[in-house]
Amino acid sequence: MKIHEYQAKQLLKQYGVVVPAGQVASNPDEVREVAKTLGKRVVIKGQVHSGGRGKAGAVKLADDANAAEAIGKDLLGKTLFFAQAGVDIKINRLLVEEAVDIDKEIYLAITQDRVRQRDVLILSMQGGMDIEEVAHNNPADIAKLFIDPLLGLQDFACRQVLFDAGMDKPLIGKMVPVLKALYAAYLGTDATLAEINPLVVTKSGEIIAGDAKWDIDENALFRHPEFTAFKDESETDPLEAEAHRRGIQYVRLEGGDIGIIGNGAGLVMTTMDEVKRAGGQPADFLDIGGGAKAEAVTNSLEIILMDPNVKGVVFNIFGGITRGDEVAKGIIEGVKTLNVKVPIVIRLAGTRAAEGAELLKTTNLIPAETMQEAAEKIVELAYAK
Amino acid sequence: MSILVDKNTKVIVQGITGREGEFHAAQMIAYGTKVVAGVTPGKGGMTVQGVPVFDTVRQAKDATGADATCIFVPARGAADGILEAVDAGINFIVCITEGIPIEDEIRAVNVVKFSNSRLLGPNCPGILTVNGCKIGIIPANIFIPGPVGIVSRSGTLTYESVDALTRAGLGQTTCVGVGGDPMPGTRFIDVLPLFEADPETKVIVMCGEVGGSDEEIAAEYIKTMTKPVIGFIAGLTAPPGKRMGHAGAIISGTSGSPQAKVDALRAAGVLVAETTADIPGLVKQALEKL
Repeated sequence: MKIHEYQAKQLLKQYGVVVPAGQVASNPDEVREVAKTLGKRVVIKGQVHSGGRGKAGAVKLADDANAAEAIGKDLLGKTLFFAQAGVDIKINRLLVEEAVDIDKEIYLAITQDRVRQRDVLILSMQGGMDIEEVAHNNPADIAKLFIDPLLGLQDFACRQVLFDAGMDKPLIGKMVPVLKALYAAYLGTDATLAEINPLVVTKSGEIIAGDAKWDIDENALFRHPEFTAFKDESETDPLEAEAHRRGIQYVRLEGGDIGIIGNGAGLVMTTMDEVKRAGGQPADFLDIGGGAKAEAVTNSLEIILMDPNVKGVVFNIFGGITRGDEVAKGIIEGVKTLNVKVPIVIRLAGTRAAEGAELLKTTNLIPAETMQEAAEKIVELAYAK
Repeated sequence: MSILVDKNTKVIVQGITGREGEFHAAQMIAYGTKVVAGVTPGKGGMTVQGVPVFDTVRQAKDATGADATCIFVPARGAADGILEAVDAGINFIVCITEGIPIEDEIRAVNVVKFSNSRLLGPNCPGILTVNGCKIGIIPANIFIPGPVGIVSRSGTLTYESVDALTRAGLGQTTCVGVGGDPMPGTRFIDVLPLFEADPETKVIVMCGEVGGSDEEIAAEYIKTMTKPVIGFIAGLTAPPGKRMGHAGAIISGTSGSPQAKVDALRAAGVLVAETTADIPGLVKQALEKL
């Protein structure tokens, strides 16, 4: 779960990382008030779940409260294109903060490393830039520390990675507690990404989190009822949001028109690939999961059909725990209640597939023997007109 | 012969009193697996599917001499279940549970690394050795004995491939589902050497998917193998940045792209199937060359 910069900064503050004075605002009056209270030059930043906000035009400087209010009027409610997320996002909130005197900008993040199966702390003196770019152009400028989960983050390891990154010696002592605070915050909030870019060293030698990007592990939300308030689905695709509410694993795919439903992530992905091979464009990834009941199948079909671009739907079910007859019942119920106007091809295999096929015989739904045949049939029927 | 488990493996089921635990314990027993004990804290003394239930893994192990366990414990307690099994000295731990918090998983996986135990999963369908032992949820009726070893990150995709092989008359030795999480206890690189050393396995089918770099790492090892490997990669049409169901199936930045995996496997001499329907043909081709 992505959270906003202002929320992440609240978390950082709780764990002892210094953040600029400031407050979030959702109307121009509030922007003005915050700027007035701060009484100095402010930075105004659109709160959206995307990086590259500066380039998108969502970050502005204001010298006084009047200028701040004007920027608030301009940015709030405005939809901008964020290249990093690849989508248009409407700005609903602004973070108004004191502008800090930047001496140095550092990149600091903690995330997981899948190969080493540990958390990795990433540090670079090339802060303020896109880290993927730095990694690509100057990999030597990035220092990494793989944290032993059983030992935790020790001082010596912090010093090591700081020296590796080429940190100025007088700053090392000040930086160690910042690294440890970030790791504590990362663990304490069950983050999957905790990134401060830039971590600013001010001209007076203070270390301040200039920005914060934070992802929280959805599997760990049961430990954090307090994060319910951080959930903001305003940027989520409305169909995806609806599917989540119904507990369905659904990903909408840009520009597609063949609806795809299957059981098991690998099989659903493979079905997408087969539809593409057959000349179709998959409209979604939808996994009904293991042991799905008829109702979940009906629900899934409904979600797919809510997408107006969908010209046909293919079911690919290989039953292990999932039962073919249960799936067939769900499809039949869906067809009865949903006013289906597009062709539906169904491939059932595995547990109780024969019983499922028997049920489907009484309908005008199109059966297929194999996944490949199902893909070819749906592409042919969907694009027939 | 087989890898990792055989008909003598004595299995505990952690979470045997739950709906999934009990159902699959019965399925395992029906396949001939020696399920010797169940564990559910507070329910020691019960009997489920004819299997005695204990309060702790240690008690179950002491009473039965079990050497493997299958974990069906819900996500918030599953990592604790893994640690309990390690502590009790269980050699082979299979964790079916999906949705374990990633930090819990990292801790468990690292504890296992410094122990004498091996972990399969989490978020995996388990393992099945034909005519010997099944630990987990893989449907047994699609298997026949034969020379093919299978290792896969995805459950149903594995069933699809096994079914295709069986229909073509190509039987199997052992099928290992390593699971769809980003930090699995056992990866392709851990399973391939076992198949390489197993005299009954003549050819290996490896089903990967987008996300991570386990396929690329495996490709390096495959270059040194004597046995042929048939590969398949799911998710060629998966867009970057979107998690495709499995927590581990996500292309992030330049990492995890399907084409890079296909290229790495081909460079290692793997016959990569374009579609699952091509897998049996490629297996046959590889067997004929032996």
